Amino acid sequence: MAELGRAALLVTLGLSGYALVAGGAAAWLGRRRLAESARNALFASFLSTLVAAAVLVAAFVRDDFSFAYVAGHSSRALPLQYKLSAFWGGQEGSLLLWLLVLTGYSALAVWFARKRARDLVVWVTPVLGGIAVGFTWLLVAVSSPFDTAAAPADGAGLNPSLQNPYMVAHPVFLYLGYVGLAVPFAFAMGALLSGRTDERWIVATRRWTLIAWTALGIGQLLGAHWAYVEVGWGGYYAWDPVENAALMPWLAATAFLHSVMIQEKRGMLRVWNVALVSLAFCLSLFGTFLTRSGVVSSIHSFTQSPIGPWFLGFIVVAVVFATVMIWLRLPQLRTTARLESLVSREASFLYNNLLLVALCLTILWGTAWPIVSEAVRGEAVVVGRPYYDFFLRIFGLPLLLLMGIGPLVAWRRASLRGLGRVFAWPAAIAVATGVVLILLGAGSSIPGLIAYTFSAFVLATIALEFARGTAARRALTGEPAVTAFGRLVGRNRRRYGGYVVHASIVLLAIGIAGSSAYDSVVEGRLSRGESLAVGGYTLTYRQLTERDGPNATEIRALLDVRRGDKSLGTISAGKNAYSVEQQVSNEVGIRSDLLTGEDLFVIAEQVDDNGTVFFRVFVKPLVNLIWFAGFVFVLGALITLWPDAREERRLATRYAPAVERADPQTTT
Amino acid sequence: MSGWLLLGAALAVAVVVVVALPFLREPAPASDALDELDPAARERLEAEEARDRALAALKELEADHRAERISDEDYRAVVGVLRRDAAEALRALDRLKGGTPREDAKSD
Repeated sequence: MAELGRAALLVTLGLSGYALVAGGAAAWLGRRRLAESARNALFASFLSTLVAAAVLVAAFVRDDFSFAYVAGHSSRALPLQYKLSAFWGGQEGSLLLWLLVLTGYSALAVWFARKRARDLVVWVTPVLGGIAVGFTWLLVAVSSPFDTAAAPADGAGLNPSLQNPYMVAHPVFLYLGYVGLAVPFAFAMGALLSGRTDERWIVATRRWTLIAWTALGIGQLLGAHWAYVEVGWGGYYAWDPVENAALMPWLAATAFLHSVMIQEKRGMLRVWNVALVSLAFCLSLFGTFLTRSGVVSSIHSFTQSPIGPWFLGFIVVAVVFATVMIWLRLPQLRTTARLESLVSREASFLYNNLLLVALCLTILWGTAWPIVSEAVRGEAVVVGRPYYDFFLRIFGLPLLLLMGIGPLVAWRRASLRGLGRVFAWPAAIAVATGVVLILLGAGSSIPGLIAYTFSAFVLATIALEFARGTAARRALTGEPAVTAFGRLVGRNRRRYGGYVVHASIVLLAIGIAGSSAYDSVVEGRLSRGESLAVGGYTLTYRQLTERDGPNATEIRALLDVRRGDKSLGTISAGKNAYSVEQQVSNEVGIRSDLLTGEDLFVIAEQVDDNGTVFFRVFVKPLVNLIWFAGFVFVLGALITLWPDAREERRLATRYAPAVERADPQTTT
Repeated sequence: MSGWLLLGAALAVAVVVVVALPFLREPAPASDALDELDPAARERLEAEEARDRALAALKELEADHRAERISDEDYRAVVGVLRRDAAEALRALDRLKGGTPREDAKSD
């Protein structure tokens, strides 16, 4: 069966190479049939990659340990869902997932844009083909999931920390995000190559960028929740290089989603937008490089990793290509529109962009510094949490405030007096919130207090926005409030979907501030019957149990939980001992109070033979708002992404001449 | 040769057919040139984008003012500029279409 997998990857390599070379030649020479043929190659490359992926899935399901990759990442006792997720549990499978998502995105994006932006798609095809060639080459020649060896009796199993439901979904969403950024990049490069720097590349990629950005956001939240419940250190984000790898392209894509509005509304920032979309894509490559090359843990693993140098070369090619293309097209990208006032919607979006990019670049510097320092000085200097926390506050808090200000400032220019009137109520609510919080004793953390005050300001502006919009619509149409509200959102999806996303970011900020600035922690070794107290809770260690799970021995310490005189039931924490993998994992106990958003979080750090247990217990106020923010984020993204028939009709009218040329039979 | 390898070969043949389809479907087309927008059509497209941008800006300003997001003072400062932009965009489009400027575009 491995032969079919290898053959399918070779076919993908041939097809993507053809899409690159024939597509480039077709665009250069203006040959229609050759361009269509290259486009078909891109479509077919998805099918051949799908065949390769199906072979690997079948090998995992059938416990075919003649596949070295399956033998290294699965075992007979592994539950089926983890056999499936073991697909992306290692380097080779992850690269195959990358390629599968890339070819899928490429086929769909090119298909949907084939009429409106035909002359653009001709140039997009070779760019997408080129990216696919890079990844397929790695899979065919450097790191193949289809290498075979004499089959052992059982596989080595899957890393226990990956045996978690979140790890089934987290990498898929992350890759949907990373790889999805290849689509706007390819269209931007296609626009530059073809010299068609009108808005069609933005229209063609708007939805794909949003999908990738949403998927990357969901992927990060799933990863954070996985770290919280599975890694067992009491947190959800540690500024780990691999975590930063996902955050950086998301920040760049967030900046792009905002700045692209300035191009759509004012025709400005054309150079900045192609630069941002290139930055986002290159950071997604850098993220995959960091995750997969092993360069982060030690510079020495870089030389040991077969894909590291290839990946680095790939990143260099992408950066140089994008830079050269932007440089060559500078005259066409220049616009006559200028920033008219520093107090305007476009100016506030620009500040937002500068802060997002500054945050992104400081994280990049912190992430890359250990690599750079080891390469230059022979000693890896790790950048710690204080560095990242400092810059998160410096750039993140003004960003939070701007989320409330930006959407309510007029385009072109606004007077300070007018702004004072618009923001009077939100500012009053924010100040009142700050005062109440100080009175309640929340002044112990100044950044936390500022974050809450700004959050109150933004939530107030969003609530007022919905209220004002609904009232204006009611006054205009006489519709009932619910109808007016529904139609207001339905007819302005990008705007109100955006507000919902902003609300989710505020909830996230409140959750992060609450759980990090106001948390409590206590630790101690307990014998049966002994108690410890933290954050108003009293925990009494009752008993230790042991049972055999599907593929691990599960040891759990049971504790009674009380708050004051009230019993809140029990909580258990312990360890799983995996026999095949020969590893032990922490299995934390979490008691969530959904009303207050607070978590009681118990780690059984050490279980002794005499039955005593060393516990570490956290109380994390408002931490559940972080996960709730995820649902609100998805809701906002869905509102924004939902197709708008009126917008489609408008675009159909605008691009009718291009469509008619592309397909004379079509009259849309 | 194993059955799996044969399946791989069949896959290769199938994709070659898919890739060759445009040439198989049209072995001798009247024209094999790409259907590209000529410079005039591209200019018109950009003018239509400018028109849409100007009209959307005006519409958004009206909606923002109606919803009291924007003060009367700020509204008055910007509305004239936006109307002029919209009129200019409509006039430019009419010129490119070869027609006479419309009445609504003449009045600022």
